[in-house]
Amino acid sequence: MSTALVKITRTETYRTVSDALWQNNPISKQVLGICSSLAVTVQMNTAIVMALALTAVVACSNLIISLMRKMIPRNIRIIVEVAVIATLVIIADEVLKAFMYNISKQLSVFVGLIITNCIVMGRAETFAMSNPPLKSFVDGMANGIGYGSILVGVSFFRELLGSGKILGFPVVPQALYDMGYMDMGLMLLAPGAFIVIGLFVWLEHAILNR
Amino acid sequence: MENLISIFVDSVFVGNILLAYFLGMCSFLAVSKNLQTSLGLGIAVVFVLTITTPVNWLIYRYLLAPGALAWAGLPDVDLSFLKLILFIAIIAGIVQMVEMVIDRYSQALYNALGVFLPLITVNCAVLGVSLFMVERSYTFAETVVYGVGSGIGWLLAIVSMATIKIKLRYADVPEGLQGFGINMITTGLMAMAFMLFSGITL
Repeated sequence: MSTALVKITRTETYRTVSDALWQNNPISKQVLGICSSLAVTVQMNTAIVMALALTAVVACSNLIISLMRKMIPRNIRIIVEVAVIATLVIIADEVLKAFMYNISKQLSVFVGLIITNCIVMGRAETFAMSNPPLKSFVDGMANGIGYGSILVGVSFFRELLGSGKILGFPVVPQALYDMGYMDMGLMLLAPGAFIVIGLFVWLEHAILNR
Repeated sequence: MENLISIFVDSVFVGNILLAYFLGMCSFLAVSKNLQTSLGLGIAVVFVLTITTPVNWLIYRYLLAPGALAWAGLPDVDLSFLKLILFIAIIAGIVQMVEMVIDRYSQALYNALGVFLPLITVNCAVLGVSLFMVERSYTFAETVVYGVGSGIGWLLAIVSMATIKIKLRYADVPEGLQGFGINMITTGLMAMAFMLFSGITL
């Protein structure tokens, strides 16, 4: 069992994933892609859907751009990248509208804003343009998961403290409310997101540096 | 008229594109280290938003919206799903054109804004404003006011952040919180201050 674990931890795929999750997390370490990430963190279910949509887009765009990397002329590569990403985002948007209409209404413009999310462009430009398809796909996947981990983490605290629920189910017992406990309205507003993510990064730094 | 004023006040303060909708964070965090550059980028964003938002409105209204192609004899066509790719293409095109025009006619302005213009294409705020304008189905006049107001709101936010960062250099911030962490918390406090304007009703 333990040898199997060692084997897994030594593979390149594992290292890519753990690197994107911890040492080089796109949000907390490289400060990329916060634009679209905070607005959808009021509830956990929107955050999870957003994380999945972004992971799918980064992974696929990395795969496609990596497949085409030898055909793309150097000086128009940005336009090609944007066109690929925008097409994938339109597909993601239409899929969400077809199968999860309510959540896509809540996410409103933020799915569309994946196009300008720096993570997607950044990975396409720095990784997919110079690496083989499979490796790029895994890298895109890993970065999407790294992004999603922060998103889901922040939304967990915002939903728990802000409305006393997790994934829409009330978790704070009624007895606590009777004793005078109140939900923290600030968490539901924009400032709550900024402050939670600031504290989150502090926690991560403290754990990593120890 | 009152409607327009209230859209303007809302987009500058309460519904600030950066502090309430988190758009344009990447360049906000990267550029606000220096007051002079953040002022330059802020003005460039106002400039670009003022042009791109109305243009995107026209494109959406006369080409993409459901039934918009009635003038071409195709009243049943709905191309609104193409808005993402068309908007980003138009923004990129306009930014490029603005850059060339400024370069040709005003060297001083080009030197001041030139470096920031390419950055604006990938600024989420610019695409975000165009998408919000579709989502809220504004009229043309409302769109113009909303575009200008959002730009000014973004300018206000980045310039105040740059000045706060100058003060922060002398502050004793706990080690793990330095850099990104304290920036986010400061932005959070700033967002709280901006929300106080929500009491204003016009």
